[in-house]
Amino acid sequence: MKFLRDLLDKQKPLFQKGGKLENLYYLYEAGETFMFSPKHTTNPRGAQIKDAIDLKRMMITVVVAMIPCLLFGIWNTGHMHYLAVGEAADFGDKFLLGAILVLPIVLVAYTAGGIVEAVFAVVRKHPINEGFLVTGMLIPLIVPATIPLWQVALATVFAVVIAKEVFGGTGMNILNVAMTARAFLYFAYPMQISGDEVWIYLGDKMPVDGFSGATALNVAYLAGQEAQSVTAAFYSHNNVVTDNFLSFTNSFLGFIPGSIGETSTLMALIGAAILIVTGVASWKIIFSAFGGAYIMGLIMELLAVNTYMAMPAHYHLVIGGLAFGIVFMATDPVSASQTETGKWIYGSLIGILTVIIRVTNPAYPEGIMLAVLFMNVFAPLIDHYVLKANKKRRLQRATV
Amino acid sequence: MSKIVKLKKGFDIKLVGKAEKQLTDFQQAETFAIKPTDFIGMQRPKVIVNEGDTVKAGTPILFDKKQEKVLYASPVSGQVVEIKRGERRKLLEVKIKADATFQSEQFKKFSDSDLKAIKREDAIEHMLAGGVWPQIIQRPFGVVANPEDDPKAIFISGFDTHPLAPDYGYMLKGSERYFQAGLDVLKRLTAGVVHLNLDETSEIPSIYSNVQGVQVNKFSGPHPAGNVGIQIHHLNPINKGEIAWTVNPYGVAQIGKLFLEGVYDASKIIAITGSKVKNRTYTKTYIGTCVDKFVLNNVDLSDDSHGLRDPKKYRVVSGNALTGERISPDGYLGFYDNQITVLPEGDYYEFMGWAKATSDKLSYHRALGLFSFLSPKKEFVLDTNARGEERAFVQTGIFESVTPMDIYPIYLLKAIMAEDYDEMEELGIYEVIEEDLALCEFVDVSKHPVQDIVRKGIELIQYS
Repeated sequence: MKFLRDLLDKQKPLFQKGGKLENLYYLYEAGETFMFSPKHTTNPRGAQIKDAIDLKRMMITVVVAMIPCLLFGIWNTGHMHYLAVGEAADFGDKFLLGAILVLPIVLVAYTAGGIVEAVFAVVRKHPINEGFLVTGMLIPLIVPATIPLWQVALATVFAVVIAKEVFGGTGMNILNVAMTARAFLYFAYPMQISGDEVWIYLGDKMPVDGFSGATALNVAYLAGQEAQSVTAAFYSHNNVVTDNFLSFTNSFLGFIPGSIGETSTLMALIGAAILIVTGVASWKIIFSAFGGAYIMGLIMELLAVNTYMAMPAHYHLVIGGLAFGIVFMATDPVSASQTETGKWIYGSLIGILTVIIRVTNPAYPEGIMLAVLFMNVFAPLIDHYVLKANKKRRLQRATV
Repeated sequence: MSKIVKLKKGFDIKLVGKAEKQLTDFQQAETFAIKPTDFIGMQRPKVIVNEGDTVKAGTPILFDKKQEKVLYASPVSGQVVEIKRGERRKLLEVKIKADATFQSEQFKKFSDSDLKAIKREDAIEHMLAGGVWPQIIQRPFGVVANPEDDPKAIFISGFDTHPLAPDYGYMLKGSERYFQAGLDVLKRLTAGVVHLNLDETSEIPSIYSNVQGVQVNKFSGPHPAGNVGIQIHHLNPINKGEIAWTVNPYGVAQIGKLFLEGVYDASKIIAITGSKVKNRTYTKTYIGTCVDKFVLNNVDLSDDSHGLRDPKKYRVVSGNALTGERISPDGYLGFYDNQITVLPEGDYYEFMGWAKATSDKLSYHRALGLFSFLSPKKEFVLDTNARGEERAFVQTGIFESVTPMDIYPIYLLKAIMAEDYDEMEELGIYEVIEEDLALCEFVDVSKHPVQDIVRKGIELIQYS
């Protein structure tokens, strides 16, 4: 430790005002404060002591909460592959194949985003934001394992620049950065992120006859079109491999095709538990979003104009990316509603909108992405009205 | 009609170093000082005395040219030894060397019954002349009150919930008569009610047990339940254009003594607290005392951090650890402070400090590796390390959860940063001063200087 500290101290003058590498100060600072928490002391006037928390610790908590999803996603990528091609494989094989496919995506997202962050930090002279630790992990988890790496890089760069840096960096952004990356891919390169072909890696092998890589959302949507019961469709889907491939339990546990990290509701809930216990994410948003989705699902079930609408409401909670999106994207404190009352409204509308988009919109099988982005845009409006009510109370008090 | 208010939001910062309830005699300090910087909002302080002048306790030392009637008095009798100025001749300290024979200016005395009938103007005039007026603080803004104003009510918080705060009941024991006299005088100053707010959870100390003529309210809950600003918010909140006054219990007793005994009595019992202090105790001294005698031989220089901190480095704080001000070990106690806190200085690097699991550092949060929430009763040794760098606001909902007011602190702070006057007013700038949002500064993930921002906002509004 002493050696490291000495090394850093020795280099420091280079980066400080008047030093040769003055322009790169924030890069040095990022490295230094990563290794050693700084020796700054509190101001002479005001709070003389400070809470042990800082932004780095908060962000790393979110990253840790995502690890169950990542590990499961790696395994499931391999699992789906061997299932689709009809080969038997043990846990190690599946995990290894998954790792070979997924880790490069993680690496590319971190590298591409990291470079953009660094460039902006140097040019705009602001510290490198810890928020990127989270974004760089989120992006790989919401794309399919088959995605071309250059698309990952491009989407990450686009999202970090357009969704975050142009607004002034972490804390100033309006949209969730990772969700913007996904939306970018979805609209710019739909071939690689939608349809039935992209969710399962096949390599150069052929799938088992009759095996379909469609997601539960696609299956449900098609069943609705063909006036077939959704649960029956789930039951018979891919029955060449196994009965009840898309059962509620399989969907809940995550043994289904989908984006890398989003298939397992259970893993997302473990993440949610970590975030709620640590107080990093708002339980109000998570709770109200799940509640909103379930209630909207029930309403759909009651109306039951087509068979998709008649699908039991609890399926909505486990298929698609709803759980992952709610736990890790909707709760992003910067782009979410920032008032406590607003969080209830914001969360429940995300749940409601997700189900509406899923069931009634023919173009987008998944609703959570658009629902989160849409509500990101509306969050300031919700807060505006919550604040207005507060101001009104203050005003009324004065005039009574 | 007294009120009982139960507050839920807030956070008690439990530190090692509470003062034992006993009086220890230290050698009395040689010099005492009046610091214009203690009186926030004082704009153009003017010294009336010269170096070398002899003064008595109660002799006017300085005043603010913007508010010439309010006189700031010498706490002790002795000789003016230094008028210290800083950059651009800014007045920093007026130092007085105490003499052995303690002499006081003599003012008119009143009997208990006189006080009940004293005229408002006479009372104010007596307070101004007797040097006790600066004890009266005005809300909004938290500045020394303007004697020409007519406050809608007067508020006294009878307890202090700050970290390691002294116990008023102990400090003022024996001053019951003066305290009641002070209340009688304050009653003459407002057409409204005089509120005395007590801690619901503890036994009522003798100083408050027989008070008359005031409305006694009870508050319970974690800090900042003892802050008078929070109490005002729940009793009779301040709207735009309204003025309320606040006094702390020490000030009430001092006012009472001036009227009953005809002297400006600046003696006070203060608490010497903090983990670095060996003898944590109460002691009797005077306003503006030099703290060297209480600190220099009383600091524990042994290592309590396994080599993390330099055990020889410490910080002396006038006031408490949340809202206090750093002073040098031979600096002077702030005018309104009843407490000295000595903390370990935290200027050290910590390898991977942001990721380390710890149960020794206090945190309101429970993020990864912060385990202090598992031991809610534990007292912590905290140093002055800032624990991270300043960032943009990211986390939400935390400030609200430590601020028991119907206020949105983050939006208020953002309005101040944006210098948006209308927004500041609408969001409640009139209802807060630094101490009311001090906990936000402590818990802030993004390490903003919240109290500085609040003061900046107040000044923007005040001088607009």
